[in-house]
Amino acid sequence: MNNEEEKTLKNNAFKVWAVFATSIGLVMLGILLVKIGMDGMHRLSLQFFTSLPSRRAEDAGIFTAWVGTLWIMGTTALIAIPIGIGAGIYLEEYSKKGWWSNFLEINISNLAGVPSIIYGLLGLEVFVRLLHMGESILAGSFTLALLILPIVIVSTRESIKAVPKTLREASYALGASKWQTISMQVLPAASGGVMTGIILALSRAIGETAPLIVVGALTYVPFTPKSVFDSFTVLPIQIFNWVSRPQAEFLVNAAAGIIVLVVITIVMNGSAVLLRNRWQKNVKW
Amino acid sequence: MAEKCEVVSQTGMEIAIIEKKMETRIEKQHRIIGAEFMPDENLSTKGNVMNKIETKNVQCWYGDFHVLRDVSISVEPNTVTALIGPSGCGKSTYLRVFNRMNDLIDGFKLEGDVLIDGKDIYDKNIRVNELRKNVGMVFQKPNPFPKSIFENVAYGLRVNGVTDKKLIADTVERSLKQAAVWNEVKDNLHKNALGLSGGQQQRLCIARAIAVQPSVILMDEATSALDPISTGKIEDLIADLKKDYTILIVTHNMQQALRVSDKTAFFFLGDMIEYNDTKEIFNNPQHEHTRNYVGGRFG
Ligand SMILES: Nc1ncnc2c1ncn2[C@@H]1O[C@H](COP(=O)(O)OP(=O)(O)O)[C@@H](O)[C@H]1O
Ligand SMILES: [Mg+2]
Repeated sequence: MNNEEEKTLKNNAFKVWAVFATSIGLVMLGILLVKIGMDGMHRLSLQFFTSLPSRRAEDAGIFTAWVGTLWIMGTTALIAIPIGIGAGIYLEEYSKKGWWSNFLEINISNLAGVPSIIYGLLGLEVFVRLLHMGESILAGSFTLALLILPIVIVSTRESIKAVPKTLREASYALGASKWQTISMQVLPAASGGVMTGIILALSRAIGETAPLIVVGALTYVPFTPKSVFDSFTVLPIQIFNWVSRPQAEFLVNAAAGIIVLVVITIVMNGSAVLLRNRWQKNVKW
Repeated sequence: MAEKCEVVSQTGMEIAIIEKKMETRIEKQHRIIGAEFMPDENLSTKGNVMNKIETKNVQCWYGDFHVLRDVSISVEPNTVTALIGPSGCGKSTYLRVFNRMNDLIDGFKLEGDVLIDGKDIYDKNIRVNELRKNVGMVFQKPNPFPKSIFENVAYGLRVNGVTDKKLIADTVERSLKQAAVWNEVKDNLHKNALGLSGGQQQRLCIARAIAVQPSVILMDEATSALDPISTGKIEDLIADLKKDYTILIVTHNMQQALRVSDKTAFFFLGDMIEYNDTKEIFNNPQHEHTRNYVGGRFG
């Protein structure tokens, strides 16, 4: 076998492996979706969205769960977005390169890899107990905000880095200050990438269960929260609760809940991808 | 006056007062645009005030790299000066000395005197933002902001605190006219500037620079990315702008230097080798390096 033939063979073998590896993921996802769809599709009705949890499966719904999820997501976003963008701007534009910025950078990357249950324990100690937030939406949101901050910070930095130097120079050359240049040129130009990062971060947070259970989210909440100081449940916890019941009817509810959660996640990720594509097209000036 | 406004109930009176307030505000903004860039009248005047620009023994470093050695030049007002020389010899660095754009680069260091209107622009009392308003710059690759044509030209005014709508609109129109691009864009002022052709974008960048009423304009190979027709338009424009501004250009195009410049400085490996009337540099160069370069033997 000569060298050329060997190369093509290796090339083809690799191609087959790559296609196989990709398909495994897709096929598994497909099977899961079909199975869940068959199990839970017929359970999706207006009643399912508007009913409180109940001991009788056919009466139970996800009302408190999705309202809780909305509260948690909204509050998490309010906390994580300004802090994450601020930190990203600081690290990229203001911090002097040196051991301190390297230290921060390494730690932020590491944080992204910490298991979420650890964030839960941190949240329990700091927010629930130390800061006396109790087992509230606020404590849960702060915990999730910590969890997604690394994603927001890193994506903010990357998008700022992608803004061409010529744009800054044009702004400085007209007498703009550093802050004017950042706020009026760099951030708007980076906004597509920043938004994409935020959506991806939130779509990570929406499926998190473990840290919220640790900070005391309830599995049975017969009321919707009125403020951030109320206790709460969220969709994934409601699903978890149903799955762990012995009665088969609750599994149907769980499947229906999963469909709702999956649709939300797909919509969020899809819009992130759309946004990123549009932004990448625009960013080439 | 605010109290009076509340007491007087006749609307006519109120309007008069408000108008008066507006007037003083607008006057202030007019002053902002035409503002002197020197904050301190007492700053010592070191140079010959007949010269618009003067550098004395300017040396520059990027870190340890000695990029410019002992460059001394004086430039008269309302002239065009061309900086020529092989790539990497320090022309851009020298040009960016005048609006302190090199300050943005970590490790940049400068020694010597750089005077504009006789005043040291590296004095610690200089406000760099004000200096950059007075010394406009046009870059090699057209770099309009990804905003509307109007907002591109208005940006320099906005960052300098001008809010008066009419004043901004008038300045935008006047600048675009002066940059000879008004007729091509006047119906599309609110379209994105990135939709313009390269030549139009570059003239827009010139309009953007002159909107803040600088007295000096720096152009770093401003036509090197453009087709011959656009290049011709910009050369005509330079000749026209000379009436109001002192212009420094970097160019690799010898014909262009000959056509538009009054004086030419030849740079070679960080030294300014020869500086003279453009005709002299091209017809009667004194140094061998200059002769070889303008004769097209290297570069
Ligand atoms: N930011 C920088 N950091 C370090 N060296 C630089 C930087 N910019 C330019 N140089 C170097 O300085 C020299 C002069 O550059 P420049 O002024 O751009 O030359 P020219 O415009 O004549 O081509 C070159 O050798 C270049 O590599
Ligand atoms: Mg250059």
